[in-house]
Amino acid sequence: MKYALSINGSQLEADVDPDTPLLWVLRDTLKLKGTKFGCGMSLCGACTVHLDGKPIRSCVTPISAVGSKSITTIEGIGNDTVGQKVQQAWKILDVPQCGYCQAGQIMAAVSLLKQFPQPTDQQIDAGMSRNLCRCATYHRIKAAIHQVADAVKEG
Amino acid sequence: MTTTLNPARRHFLKASAAIGGGLFLGLYLPNIAYAAEAGQMAVLSAHVRITADGVIEIMSVAPEIGQGIKTSLPMVICEELDADWAQVSVLQAPVNSDAFGRQSAGGSRSTPAHFDEHRRIGAAARQMLLQAAAEQWQVPLASLTTQAGIVHHGASGRQLSYARLANQAARQQSPDLASITLKNPADFSLIGQFTSGVDNDALVHGRPLFGIDVELPSMLHAVIHKCPVFGGRVKTVDLASINALPGIRHAFVIDTSSVDSGVAIVADSWWQAEKARRQLKVQWDEGKAKQQNSADFDKQAQQLWRKAPSQITQQVGNVDKAFADAAKVIEAEYAYPFIAHGQLEPINCTAHWQAGHLTLWAPTQNPASGQRQAASAIGIDVNDVTVNVTRMGGGFGRRLFNDYMAEAAIIAKQVGVPVKLLWNRQDDFQHDYYRPGGYHKFKAGIDAQGQLQAFSDHFVSFGNNGRTLLAAGMHAAEFPTGFVPNLQFGSSLIEAQIPTGWLRAPTSNAMGFVFQSMLDEVAHAAGQDPLAFQLALLRRSDAKPQNGFSPQRMAAVLERVAELSDWGKPVPEFHGKGIACYYSHAGYFAEVVQASVNQMGAVKVEKIWVVGDVGQFIVNPSGAMHQVQGAVLEGLSQALYQQVLIDGGAQVSNYHQHKILAMNAVPEVEVEFLATDNPTTGLGEPALPPVIPALCNALFAATGKRVRSLPIKAEMFA
Repeated sequence: MKYALSINGSQLEADVDPDTPLLWVLRDTLKLKGTKFGCGMSLCGACTVHLDGKPIRSCVTPISAVGSKSITTIEGIGNDTVGQKVQQAWKILDVPQCGYCQAGQIMAAVSLLKQFPQPTDQQIDAGMSRNLCRCATYHRIKAAIHQVADAVKEG
Repeated sequence: MTTTLNPARRHFLKASAAIGGGLFLGLYLPNIAYAAEAGQMAVLSAHVRITADGVIEIMSVAPEIGQGIKTSLPMVICEELDADWAQVSVLQAPVNSDAFGRQSAGGSRSTPAHFDEHRRIGAAARQMLLQAAAEQWQVPLASLTTQAGIVHHGASGRQLSYARLANQAARQQSPDLASITLKNPADFSLIGQFTSGVDNDALVHGRPLFGIDVELPSMLHAVIHKCPVFGGRVKTVDLASINALPGIRHAFVIDTSSVDSGVAIVADSWWQAEKARRQLKVQWDEGKAKQQNSADFDKQAQQLWRKAPSQITQQVGNVDKAFADAAKVIEAEYAYPFIAHGQLEPINCTAHWQAGHLTLWAPTQNPASGQRQAASAIGIDVNDVTVNVTRMGGGFGRRLFNDYMAEAAIIAKQVGVPVKLLWNRQDDFQHDYYRPGGYHKFKAGIDAQGQLQAFSDHFVSFGNNGRTLLAAGMHAAEFPTGFVPNLQFGSSLIEAQIPTGWLRAPTSNAMGFVFQSMLDEVAHAAGQDPLAFQLALLRRSDAKPQNGFSPQRMAAVLERVAELSDWGKPVPEFHGKGIACYYSHAGYFAEVVQASVNQMGAVKVEKIWVVGDVGQFIVNPSGAMHQVQGAVLEGLSQALYQQVLIDGGAQVSNYHQHKILAMNAVPEVEVEFLATDNPTTGLGEPALPPVIPALCNALFAATGKRVRSLPIKAEMFA
């Protein structure tokens, strides 16, 4: 089946089986390698992308369910002001260890900050606890989210 | 500090401008291969290259698994080179032990193996740049200074950038590394500074870096379906129906002694291969592992404990007499489970077999070993295999084993076009090299003053045909060996067919739990404060420390962590603090955990204090903090959640059954390093072992109940 997709503001096409998860369309068909495969069962969050601005697990989202919704991936999140600030904070605070989960963490963090521009620790815990980090960079992730929130507050 | 240079490697510091005219192949993706015009790049050593436009290229010799080595070791070269870190570009070194020495990531060994050598390599490159400037300006070398990539001649005010001097520098005689002058550490401007990872920009933009991201022209995708029982083999399989499915290019049985038996499916896309696999009809010959299971292992341990150990591994004094003479004898049985690595990037390897040569793009912690294993699997010479090391989505010891490189080699040779093998998460959990489980039956005897006089352990571990499984052994020098006048360690083996291997702080991650918990039990039985008890043990006048272990360094970290954590101050009801220390991978760590238990028995870890001594320098404080916090939180995941039950094979398929600590369970972790006048050692591992017993000891302090088996079960405290 041919699917017309809106990804990071570009119109792209993929000819794949309807049950193909969005993750594999991104990675293998469209060669966007930033979104990662971790568990395949919506357990780890490494494959988090935005569908019409909302975080979803691309490993369990069949391409047939995407429809005309716009997809944002880690490759495109820097086009967004909050996304860019999150990327910057991630670099300044040296958040990654291995870095494999961080695309998903950044996508989750951007969603959280859009919902709660000044999140409390509890809101960060609630918003980020479905994104696992095997290296356990959680202290830095939390600090980076606070840093973005503070920067936004100070204008 | 002693020099650990291998004299045989010195010739690689011979510089050559001619190399600057060569073609430099990109590190793993063909589309980032680049050519250097003749004379535009100066190669000062295998480790350092300076381009005409001023980029200082430094090789990262060790594989990057998240331990930060790709940032920290190049920092060491940059420091002594006196270059500007902003001008540095770090490249992953090719696999070449002649040029780069040790190139594996394991055992917290990369820093101690390379720290001193990298200082000297950096200093040698700087020296050559100085010689070039002295030659050009006809001034004495001693009149020149360097700063941030520029050579200055103070007297005349002249200056030249390293880039301008590079070609002339490459023609200089390379200095003797052993005698080269190093910076005074007081002048360090990069070592000791918080430095963000060199791949961070690529990471936050989702650019390809990892093994799983490798993309080659006309590449196919492969999966291998294996028997869920360890060692099981394909008996019959219907390949014809698989071959008929969309996108499937190849389906064949792999059945050789070099890798696990299985069915390989190769398709245009990974999803097609994975989907086809779900329709696969295989009959397995499950073999003798079918009979084994965890409940039976537990029973066998109890039976073995009733007999004498089959082997005595350490014997000091006379434990039998000392137990008979003891004022009090304390006995306890401990157990810990098999656990999996669960590194987040699933196992993968990309391979291309072409004209008798195999090229691999491999996320491997041990590339040279993988190169040999892949060569052997397809019967070719090791020189006919090229390994390109990619960044890894976690290692933790899993990728020290290169089974997947051999598998990729076998598939690539069969299909003859580039192919990426990728396991799914269930493959990863069910075909791991597990941290072995184990059982310890301890006995300790104290005298009327509460001093430890006798200590014994009957360790029941796992073996195959009487040989201890990999990473399932125990060190004869395990503390308190050397600190008790009468001590005996014995071991017995349960027969098992289970692949085992190294997991972050191998053996120590289990021994820390059992020994430091048991010593806490003894302290309480002696009516002593656990900190005071352990300090007194370390300071015994009759102590005979083993294998370079320094009781002074351990006592120092213990005392400091006690101070930091207000050890001894009262805590609220159902709260407790526990303390533990452990020496592993040349690092000394003491940790205090404060934990609480609610009415449902749920354990909450509230705060952790960590003090470590890894010698003189912390190269990158950011990476160092990461390693300590990561190791400590990994220890909590092990203590609170993780086990792999065995029933023929591993009864774990994904992260819901082998959990990882999530953001909402993460406590504050306060870390301090004691800088001591000792060689700088590694940080990947030594912070992990103490946290598990410190937590269990805290739970005892909170509830009076002793955790003697992992993972911790809430029922115990309800």
